[in-house]
Amino acid sequence: MAGGIKKFVVGSFDDEKVLFPAVKNVRKAGYKIHEVYTPFPVHGLDHALGMRETSLHTAGFIYAITGTTTALTFISWVFTKDWPLNIGGKPYFSLPAWIPITFELTVLFSAVGMVLTFCYLCNLAPFVKKHHFHPRATDDLFVMAIECTDKTNDAEVQAFLQQAGAQEVNVQEVETGWWIGTYDKTQKLYKEEKGY
Amino acid sequence: MDHQFQLPGSYKKWTYGLIGAGVIALLYGFIMFHPFAHAGHGENVNSTRFWAVLLQNSVFFLLVVNAAMFFICVTTMAMGGWVIAFRRVSEAISSVVPILGVITFVILMCLVFGGRTDIYHWLDKEAVAGDHILNGKKGFLNPVFFTVWSAITIFLWSFLGRKMRSMSLKSDKDSMDYETGKKWIWDNTVWASLYTIVFTLTVASTIPWLWLMSIDAHWYSTMYSWYTFASTFVSGISLIALYVIYLKNRGQLTYVNEEHLHDLGKFMFAFSVFWTYLWFSQYMLIWYSNQPEETKYFIERIGTAEKAGPYKAIFFLNLIINFLAPLLILMKKGTKRNWTLMTFMAVLIIFGHWLDFFQMVMPGTLHDHYTMGFFEFGIAALFVGLIMWGTGNYLSKHSLLTKNHPFLKESMIHHT
Repeated sequence: MAGGIKKFVVGSFDDEKVLFPAVKNVRKAGYKIHEVYTPFPVHGLDHALGMRETSLHTAGFIYAITGTTTALTFISWVFTKDWPLNIGGKPYFSLPAWIPITFELTVLFSAVGMVLTFCYLCNLAPFVKKHHFHPRATDDLFVMAIECTDKTNDAEVQAFLQQAGAQEVNVQEVETGWWIGTYDKTQKLYKEEKGY
Repeated sequence: MDHQFQLPGSYKKWTYGLIGAGVIALLYGFIMFHPFAHAGHGENVNSTRFWAVLLQNSVFFLLVVNAAMFFICVTTMAMGGWVIAFRRVSEAISSVVPILGVITFVILMCLVFGGRTDIYHWLDKEAVAGDHILNGKKGFLNPVFFTVWSAITIFLWSFLGRKMRSMSLKSDKDSMDYETGKKWIWDNTVWASLYTIVFTLTVASTIPWLWLMSIDAHWYSTMYSWYTFASTFVSGISLIALYVIYLKNRGQLTYVNEEHLHDLGKFMFAFSVFWTYLWFSQYMLIWYSNQPEETKYFIERIGTAEKAGPYKAIFFLNLIINFLAPLLILMKKGTKRNWTLMTFMAVLIIFGHWLDFFQMVMPGTLHDHYTMGFFEFGIAALFVGLIMWGTGNYLSKHSLLTKNHPFLKESMIHHT
């Protein structure tokens, strides 16, 4: 993928109430939404976009049990094999005394691990220059990027977005890199769902 | 949709069945266990068993139903909107407080004025006079204070709970405009705060000391009341969840969906972990400092390294049911949104904390002569039946939806 050029049709919306039906209609029409950039977290947008559930919490669980095992194995090795100390006449293997440290390591591992995984999944890292489809996506606009293939008629997509209520519509050609992420693999096809 | 619930025949059958089984157990105990026999410590095991079981069950179930009103009050004070879709369910459960309160009070009075020194050692005047520690606690542990404070407590729970419920019922009559709605919410907040203050002074402090901790009169733990509160609060949430699921199954509670169930599941998960935190804090500090007068409490239960105590199995089963099971099973989002698994977990948690109360009451009264048989489960069935009866009455008498509550919309569109 590196070095390739991808074409996107970008529409900017200034209202959530316009954005949600637009997302629905764009997906219904069969266009592929690359991503919607919003200035703040929008409830239910991930669902409307058909993104699959994040597996960040599964990762968090795995980091947590790694922390638990690390703490328990290390402490029990130190206090029973490597350097046994008589503390207040307690047995060398004193589980209750280790629980607080085990808990702390569990939390530490899962917290740090999840932050790093989150940065990786969102392709965030120091000094990585990311492409911005619209600078006002961090201010007051909801920016929708639709990915074009060689079969896409971008004039048609632009007209479609305009009609869906977009304030600004343009076409951008962007050099692909690892910033582009894995969203394209995680999106489900549109289907009618209850409640949305 | 009128949101009116008709009690189905099966519900009534179960209610009267459980109460019937309970009454049989009670009569059986009354005849066989000689409850009014002389009550010296360890002299008449069956007589002690009768009162200890009644004490455990009445206090446990009273605190559980009372937790439902606490849930309403804290969510009111926090301006929580998501609970409104099933608020009537919590109200219905809390409407049992006066009934169970009177029953518990009668049992407590039988203990205190029947001179049950086998349950409450501090009732023994001669033993107290010659006992430095008990003598020092005399200002708190005496029949007069016990009676007056228990009476005030049960009255305030019932009265303030009734006030909260009647305000909610009144709101069903007329729809509210912005100003009356605002005033209504303010009034609710004031009464909810009053209830919470009373709750703090009773459930979260003095009442567990008086009713349960004083069984082991020499021993004390500053964690005890919080620990009891956590136990009953998580059971109360589980009971609310059970009723919500039951009514949903019956096609009621139109606006309740997986989102509300998910949040109830979060409460069950969080307060199970909170309970464990208090359980562990109490255990570890006593284990660590290793003072004979404090470790006595745990030696009575799990014993020592040389000799296992009579409650060891219950003690650790309790930890598995109330900590490991909720931690591992309720951790997943899918479980909290699954009606069947939530039912299972709610029943398990309520049973687990019933077991917790069992091992709080029995070691100090029956020592190693405890039994867990027909009588124990029969009395539990009696209280479950009474809760079902009172809750069912309230649910079938009033609309299931607080239709004019200003936060109703917020609850309908609730999204976790």
